[in-house]
Amino acid sequence: MSVQMTTPIHLIVILGCRKLMTMKRHFLKTLFSFLALALFSAVASAGVKIEHWTTASGARVYFVETRGVPMLDVQLDFAAGNVYSVPDKAGLPSLTRSLLESGAGDLDEEKLAERLTDTGAQLSGRVDNDRASVALRTLSAKPERDAALTLMHTVLSAPTFPQAALTREKERSIAAIREADTQPDAIVAKRFAAAIYPAHPYGVSATVESVAAITRQDLIDFYQQHYAAKHATISLIGDISRSEAEAIANQLSQALPAGGASVTLPPVTLPKSQIIKVAHPAAQSHIQIGLPAVRRGDADYFALLVGNYSLGGGGFASRLMKEVREKRGYAYSVSSYFYPQLLPGPFGINLQTKRSQVNDALKVVDDVLSRFMVQGPTAKELVAAKKNLVDGLALRLDSNAKLLGYLSTIGFYGLPLTYLDDFPARVNAVTISQVRDAFARHVPRDHLVTVVVATE
Amino acid sequence: MKLPICLAMLLFVGVSPAPTFANPVLNTFETTLSNGLRVIVKEDHRAPTVVHMVWYRAGSMDEKDGTSGVAHVLEHLMFKGTKRLPSGEFNQRVAAAGGQDNAFTSYDYTAYFQIIPKAALPEMMQLEADRMANLVFTPAEFASEIKVVMEERRLRTDDNPQAQVFEAARGAAFLAHPYRRPIIGWMNDLEHLTWQDAHHWYTQWYTPSNAYVVVVGDVNHKEVFRWAKKYYGVHKARALPERKPQNEPEQKGWRRVSVKAPAKLPYLSMLWKVPRMNDVHKDRDPYALEVLAAILDGNDTSRLAKNLVRGGRIAQSAGAGYDGTVRGEATFMIDGQPTEGRSVAELEAALRAEITRIQVAGITPEELSRVKIQLIAGQTYKRDSLMAQAMEIGGMEAVGLSWRDVDSLVDQLKGVTAAEVQAVAQKYFKDDALTITVLDPQPMDAADPKPSANPAIKTLH
Repeated sequence: MSVQMTTPIHLIVILGCRKLMTMKRHFLKTLFSFLALALFSAVASAGVKIEHWTTASGARVYFVETRGVPMLDVQLDFAAGNVYSVPDKAGLPSLTRSLLESGAGDLDEEKLAERLTDTGAQLSGRVDNDRASVALRTLSAKPERDAALTLMHTVLSAPTFPQAALTREKERSIAAIREADTQPDAIVAKRFAAAIYPAHPYGVSATVESVAAITRQDLIDFYQQHYAAKHATISLIGDISRSEAEAIANQLSQALPAGGASVTLPPVTLPKSQIIKVAHPAAQSHIQIGLPAVRRGDADYFALLVGNYSLGGGGFASRLMKEVREKRGYAYSVSSYFYPQLLPGPFGINLQTKRSQVNDALKVVDDVLSRFMVQGPTAKELVAAKKNLVDGLALRLDSNAKLLGYLSTIGFYGLPLTYLDDFPARVNAVTISQVRDAFARHVPRDHLVTVVVATE
Repeated sequence: MKLPICLAMLLFVGVSPAPTFANPVLNTFETTLSNGLRVIVKEDHRAPTVVHMVWYRAGSMDEKDGTSGVAHVLEHLMFKGTKRLPSGEFNQRVAAAGGQDNAFTSYDYTAYFQIIPKAALPEMMQLEADRMANLVFTPAEFASEIKVVMEERRLRTDDNPQAQVFEAARGAAFLAHPYRRPIIGWMNDLEHLTWQDAHHWYTQWYTPSNAYVVVVGDVNHKEVFRWAKKYYGVHKARALPERKPQNEPEQKGWRRVSVKAPAKLPYLSMLWKVPRMNDVHKDRDPYALEVLAAILDGNDTSRLAKNLVRGGRIAQSAGAGYDGTVRGEATFMIDGQPTEGRSVAELEAALRAEITRIQVAGITPEELSRVKIQLIAGQTYKRDSLMAQAMEIGGMEAVGLSWRDVDSLVDQLKGVTAAEVQAVAQKYFKDDALTITVLDPQPMDAADPKPSANPAIKTLH
């Protein structure tokens, strides 16, 4: 496959792209991995049959049987994201997740990697604000599947957290933080999170000092506390039967630690409206505008989703793209999003523009947002948004990988099992005044924070 | 099949109806319209969705000096209007169908795609066929879009230190071959590009005989062939401009380049010229190079991560990649960042030592087996994604190979021996074919530049 592709839209297909860096255990905090935000923009049943039960040990299980390809995906999501970090040790949740693969049972790091590779399986995971995930993709033929699941079981139940691996990964993490602190995209994301979540764990990023303070005992304690069946959801999709899924879920969840009590998260408060300017020599200003806006499961979610399509979520159908990019050529990429979380997740607008025209671009964005807040979408825009969201459902559910994303989100956030079935009706029921009201409630403009990195 | 032959073939468009080929095992079917446009359909009925792609065998390597980036600029302009469709309507129609669309430009090709509910396929084929021949953009639209592309260049390259290294590395490694130019184009060329340049590009290369359609998803191939004839079949075939080979002369001596940019960690890229895939059945070295790349950086047990990141703690990160399916010159790249406190020279020595170990001692049967196990499993995982399957077909065809060769390619890879891997390590990794590029990190305060580390001099040689 050929090298380096460029695309006209922000969605970006990275298939066959030149591999810039291989960082097997790169665990820099994925606090705001905004490119993934489209993920939950739309969900629907389209004939997807979700089976749900709870294991004896308390893990909630979500299962979809698909027989088309002889493979199986299993993902465990724990309430073990960055929001659960120990104070002054930001980075602990990511390090804990990462170190799960650095040795388990009687297998050291290298043996573990060898055994896993020999099964043909792929073990992966991620950590965001709320959750930490451990995911396995394996062939479904019994020998390979059993071997891979046994290893996943070992990783989940008996991680050894070797000191040498921890020391090394702390060093790599610190180096990655220092590097990220020189790059405008990373700086703007970090400053934005800190500004919209003042004095809240959602706003805290790992620092050189916080990572340096993390000990092996911290990892062990964090694992024992948070990687418990009662804090876990298990999502399975693929070429297995319900009874096989039950056996797998039982086996995996039985092995998990007992876990501590559920943690009460501190409330999110709205930030003061402010403009933060950060010096940087980049050619473009990197801009993020927003505030904490909406929880997962909020009654206004569908009004926000439908409205945001017309504001800045719908690519070239959106006002931001038309006004900032199409009419004026101010930016390659400009978009807006809602990212619901356990606690109010961000609403944001992102763009980058040549630094000399940053004020002009900000003015356009402000005008678009102001007008949208007052008027909401036009009748025509509303129809277009609904049509794309509803008719586009099928293609957001057409692979095991995509379905797994939805399954795990429905499970982790306790959304109704009928969420998929209800989706078209919920979208179609949204009115213009609902959009206006929802935006007024969730995007109070007198609390908006603007961060500009690389400006005069 | 020899690579360049397909290019010549396109100048001679057949008039008789072409036979339809099918491979029932792959569920893939192919036909050629009378205007030379080829249509490849892979049926996959798991979900009621379809990927529709149109690939043009025109990429940045077909550009001329002074108008670099025009292939990609035209890609942007293809989303403007046509004789029938108002500007901006294309995206709206795709969105209204519940679809997603995008496009990408590479050195070798430009491709457009829509992912859609299956009922929308005929409309998408009509839209793509329309802009294949009837594109209309105004000078004003060009003037606005070129600014967008310049913003894209700032974002992707100018403010991205590793992308700058990549650009500089290609620029140094290739003197004659057009791969020396960045796909997105030099900023100065973009500043002087005209709407006429873009329009000329379109009329030169956007012709049915230089394109092929790939459809993967819940479709009946016969129905797709009928729609293809109806929508794409109306266009007249046109001769293509002559393509000169522009082969790179043999490199005689290593090249070293450095790039300064705001960053903390240095970064090192080592680029060797190696052979590309010409003949799927007769070639051996490209397969061995592919396996070598995987031994170094294909899975969690691979050598660079194991020995340099985890073991020796010399590298913060390290990677290797071989790009053998290309129209032009193939390269093998090894890159990485040293850990804090280690120098670029130490990292370079460590990366070289990894190559040397394979040259001297070869690879183990376990390593070879692991690469093959992951390769075979990957063939199954790939079937989960329509887009991955469409990209595979399109990528093969773009360089003059055939979708029919996908399985042969996998079979050939399975047959690679440890001795073959050792042999290519010995044969191609000579300093005379090497370009080394180093990122020299600069403090963010431009007013206070640190004394230059000058890595171009402070190296092993």
